[in-house]
Amino acid sequence: MNGTPRATLELRGVSKNFGSVQALREVDFEVRDGEVMALVGDNGAGKSTLIKCVAGIYSIDDGQILFDGKPVTIHGPKDAAKLGIEVVYQDLALCDNLDVVQNMYLGREARDPIFRLREAPMEQRTAETLKSLSVTTIRSVRQPVATLSGGQRQSIAVARAVLWNNRVVFLDEPTAALGVAQTRQVLDLVTRLAEQGLAVVLVSHNLVDVFEVATRISVLRLGRNVGVYEKGKTNQQEIVEAITFGTPAAEEPGVVA
Amino acid sequence: MSSAAPAEIQAAAEDQDSIAAIVRARWAAIRSGDVGSLPVIIGIVAITLFFSSKTSIFFTAVNFQNLIGQMAGPTVIAIGVVFVLLIGEIDLSIGFLSGLAGVAVAYYQQAGTGHDYPGLIALALAILTGIVVGFTQGSIVAFIGVPSFVVTLAGLLICQGLILKILGTEGVIGIQDKQINDIANYVLSPNTGWAVAIIFTVMLAAAAFGSYFNRRRAGLPTGNVVLTVVRVAFFAGLAFAAVHVCNQAQPRPGVPLVGLIVVFLVVLAGYVAGRTTFGRHVYAVGGNAEAARRAGINVKLIRILVFMISGAMAAMGGVILASRLNGISLESAGGGTILLDSISAAVIGGVSLFGGRGRVSGALFGGLIIGMIANGIDLVGYTDAIKLITTGAILLAAVTLDTVLRRRQAAAGR
Repeated sequence: MNGTPRATLELRGVSKNFGSVQALREVDFEVRDGEVMALVGDNGAGKSTLIKCVAGIYSIDDGQILFDGKPVTIHGPKDAAKLGIEVVYQDLALCDNLDVVQNMYLGREARDPIFRLREAPMEQRTAETLKSLSVTTIRSVRQPVATLSGGQRQSIAVARAVLWNNRVVFLDEPTAALGVAQTRQVLDLVTRLAEQGLAVVLVSHNLVDVFEVATRISVLRLGRNVGVYEKGKTNQQEIVEAITFGTPAAEEPGVVA
Repeated sequence: MSSAAPAEIQAAAEDQDSIAAIVRARWAAIRSGDVGSLPVIIGIVAITLFFSSKTSIFFTAVNFQNLIGQMAGPTVIAIGVVFVLLIGEIDLSIGFLSGLAGVAVAYYQQAGTGHDYPGLIALALAILTGIVVGFTQGSIVAFIGVPSFVVTLAGLLICQGLILKILGTEGVIGIQDKQINDIANYVLSPNTGWAVAIIFTVMLAAAAFGSYFNRRRAGLPTGNVVLTVVRVAFFAGLAFAAVHVCNQAQPRPGVPLVGLIVVFLVVLAGYVAGRTTFGRHVYAVGGNAEAARRAGINVKLIRILVFMISGAMAAMGGVILASRLNGISLESAGGGTILLDSISAAVIGGVSLFGGRGRVSGALFGGLIIGMIANGIDLVGYTDAIKLITTGAILLAAVTLDTVLRRRQAAAGR
């Protein structure tokens, strides 16, 4: 499955402290083009901290972040965006009062030299992007996102990542608040993202979802790596044990990295 | 959710084009809480009928001309209020800041004092005063995070204090400068009025049809062309009707210059809010500041700029008010109901106090309603007590409507 030998985004020995609390301790993590890497762990395992470090909201205290094999520094959300890293947060980060097009282009509006918005191309590309992702339940791209369902809103947030030709997309609990049909919709979307060649990181508590779409599974526990598991060579039981008790990486047969 | 029958976006757009479908969609929007300009239209008609039945002077050309002058100041201040409300903040300093700007414009043209500058320089200095005050308040709100309510309440007191200090000894400064007095008192010749109406119509049509053909070229849903024509015809009709009525007014027939200034500022501010990246970011900050920040928008800068706009508009409104009275006094400088009238105008015009919802044109329509009530009550001869009670009740009704509609829209959302 992994045609690309090199990781698109890689963290090496990354640590992050908040005062005396060590949220991340020498964590290694990687994701490759075209794969869905699940990131799982109990509450307080450091998943959110890891995302925020990559998104540029926190700066790392120690370790290295590599993008396409080259070391990079991420000081703010703009640096992350420039590299092509997009984070779709749990609380979606959409503006309810703005319509679909306006949200898709928020902060990166197409404009002419005198700051006038160029609505037509923005609307065209929004419609095209939604179509390419088979998001067909949205009647008009000019309706405010306040009128959309939870699944539709999640789809918009994910589609935003595709619109901007991002390389790496982090999805933070994308199905947490959704019903069965809408979860289906979003999981299909996750698969399509990877098929389009993006490196997708799925952060989730729901192991059923994880096993359905993920290629590999990284487990964090109390800010440390437990291991990375190939989906085909592990099972839910093993992952649950890794999440709750932590298993030394080297001793486990299912561990590949 | 309607995911059971997935419809193509294009197919869905096509059947939205018929007039019947548009009316149906509009009615559905009204029921789900998106009432648009409906309350304002009902309000204007009701107020006109009421005061016309009470006094024969209300529905006359000269009173219409007079109304334009009366409503100009609060309406211009309300334009700034719209921006502040759009980012979910409040600016209480605008009343006395407008008074301070009135004092400034009078002070900087005062003959024989060493600071008697030409009218336009005095005007620029007055507006600069507003911008500086707005920048200061906005910076404190944006960088330190003090609630705007408190910052601008302090600003209100400081502006009031400055007015007292400057006017203190004499209590009044007269304005002799012709340019400044012309701002609120000059009347265009009837033919100039017609020319303005024609230019307005041409620009309106160019904008509307430009956007229509732009979308059509791009293969996007355009809506029914009839609707575009009707909309342009409606506003063009209003412009010509207004010019016609003003040209009937005796003894000084013609459109007041200040009316033109108000329309110009409303169109300019509406353009900034609706068609530029800055305006888009203002709405985003009001809708979800955290989302705006994550999208890379400089939220602090937007907040500061909005308070500067508010300060500038308050100052311009203050200059108009001072110009109308040919001077500034302790009684007229920013006190009375100017603050509440301006905020009421924006809120009545459909701008939400909760941020992110509303349009700049709301300032004009809200200002018209507030102006009509004040004007009508004066003409009928009710007391100031009645005026205060009525204005208060209408503000309360507008805010209640906003809150109810907001809840309804949220409920209809999911």
